[in-house]
Amino acid sequence: MTSEAPSSSSTAVLELRGLHVSYGAIEALKGVDLVVNEGEVVTLLGANGAGKTTTLQAISGLLKPRAGEIRFHGERVDGIPPHEVVALGIGHAPEGRRVFPLMSVLENLRMGAYRFRRVPREELDRVFGLFPVLAQRRNQEAGTLSGGEQQMLAIGRALMGRPNLLLLDEPSMGLAPLIVSQIFDIIQEINQQGTTVLLVEQNAAQALKLAARGYVLETGTIVMSAPARELLSNPRVRAAYLGEGAE
Amino acid sequence: MCLTQHFWQFLVPGITLGSLYALIAIGYTLVYGVLQLINFAHSEVFMTGGFAGLFITQALVTAGLTPHGADSVLYTVTGLVGGAVFGAVVAFLLERVAYRPLRRRNAPRLVYLITAIGASLFLSNLAGKLFGRDRTNIPELYANDVVFTLFGAQVRVQQLVIIGTALAMMLLLDTVVNRSKLGAGIRAVAQDAQTASLMGVNINRVISQTFVIGGLLGGAAGFLFGSYLNVHYQMGFLPGIKAFAAAVLGGIGNIRGAMLGGLLLGIVESVSQSCMSSQWIDVVAFVVLILVLMFRPTGILGQRLGRAA
Ligand SMILES: Nc1ncnc2c1ncn2[C@@H]1O[C@H](COP(=O)(O)OP(=O)(O)O)[C@@H](O)[C@H]1O
Ligand SMILES: [Mg+2]
Repeated sequence: MTSEAPSSSSTAVLELRGLHVSYGAIEALKGVDLVVNEGEVVTLLGANGAGKTTTLQAISGLLKPRAGEIRFHGERVDGIPPHEVVALGIGHAPEGRRVFPLMSVLENLRMGAYRFRRVPREELDRVFGLFPVLAQRRNQEAGTLSGGEQQMLAIGRALMGRPNLLLLDEPSMGLAPLIVSQIFDIIQEINQQGTTVLLVEQNAAQALKLAARGYVLETGTIVMSAPARELLSNPRVRAAYLGEGAE
Repeated sequence: MCLTQHFWQFLVPGITLGSLYALIAIGYTLVYGVLQLINFAHSEVFMTGGFAGLFITQALVTAGLTPHGADSVLYTVTGLVGGAVFGAVVAFLLERVAYRPLRRRNAPRLVYLITAIGASLFLSNLAGKLFGRDRTNIPELYANDVVFTLFGAQVRVQQLVIIGTALAMMLLLDTVVNRSKLGAGIRAVAQDAQTASLMGVNINRVISQTFVIGGLLGGAAGFLFGSYLNVHYQMGFLPGIKAFAAAVLGGIGNIRGAMLGGLLLGIVESVSQSCMSSQWIDVVAFVVLILVLMFRPTGILGQRLGRAA
């Protein structure tokens, strides 16, 4: 399992320091600090509109921070365009899955390996091993897959870039509970194979079962940061994020 | 019935014209696919190809080339390549100078449209100023003999050159878009630009590439069109608008749609000459455009660049 040791910068894969991101006049992130260590699953929890997606998009270079820094393996990556960030080893399965609907499953996976000269065979085998249904549907147009299959494709596609750090934005969104636990099992497997994971979720119950540590984001500010076990038993978290329909 | 009487006589010129419309229409559709922008200055990219071909072939005449034998092949190929390259250069610069600054500033749609129209007027008037406002004929490239007769209609060398070149370029493009990594990048950006960038696609580079590809085809079409009729600073206007209509007819954003729409429009336009006086011909394309927008606004094949058809 993953370690619950407090962050130490020597093993930090990702560090956010005082991250501010704005959409015009709207300040979406107001000084976010967050650390993900090598080999961990860390979850970032928060209600709709808290700023979770904004955080991931800033890490990937889709959004430019107004202030603060983002370090990946100790190097500043804020301000680097997204197509260069992915080449550093950050994979991103975006909110809403965002598969290329008119491409086949296989073409989507090839897009995930776009940064490589040729599609790495072992990565493709790994993805098909994790998600056998994708192998079965390899020639099917991605837009015709079920929601769960599209989510698997989005994660598989991100893995094709051979990331050290995998960013997952609400992989449980809109999926039936059975599919959700299936996907969370696979996220755990991906982590055990050596990929560090930053998991954004509203489904706190599932996410905290999987993660070593968690952060709680409220309107652009981190309000809590603790080992997953503590968050699970924290009354405030229970009331806000585990109260209803979370199971 | 007027349509059936001279059908074959008008069919071959229709396919000839239609394959040129198709080449131009691809430029509109590609750029629309990745930027959702109607690049109205594409007609001037076409015009540039005409002038480039004109000057190159004139230089070859001065150098002593004659429209016979091996010379005529060299003539045609040089003119084509020259037209294509100049079209590509102008299209590339157009994107860099006119559109990219707007993207950086997140300009509203209307600003793009006005910029496109402004760039179109600027380029055509610049050409008028630099090269004069007369119609000029591209030197004869080859003896335009009748090659064969199809149901009583004569088919000439020039028609075969135009149709053959256009088909070859379209086949090549279709292969590139559907089979190459370059094509995968273009299709990914057309389907979801933000996600494409998360995969490592440089969006700006892909946008440049689509302008260059559109410019290559449009410039080559300009040379072919110029050798069919003549070269003129406003030669892009009508073919440009008609090719735009053809792109809408096939489904804007859809490459195979642009090919089909171009061919259909050329044929319909040409064949209707047997029913009406030639002054009315230019109206046909617009009637088709209006009918499509009324009854099938997504075009024949639908608006999807992701998969070519
Ligand atoms: N493109 C945008 N333009 C303006 N405001 C935005 C945009 N995207 C998100 N926001 C705002 O930023 C805040 C954070 O949004 P987001 O990061 O999507 O939250 P979450 O992913 O936690 O639901 C919200 O208030 C949202 O309305
Ligand atoms: Mg979100």
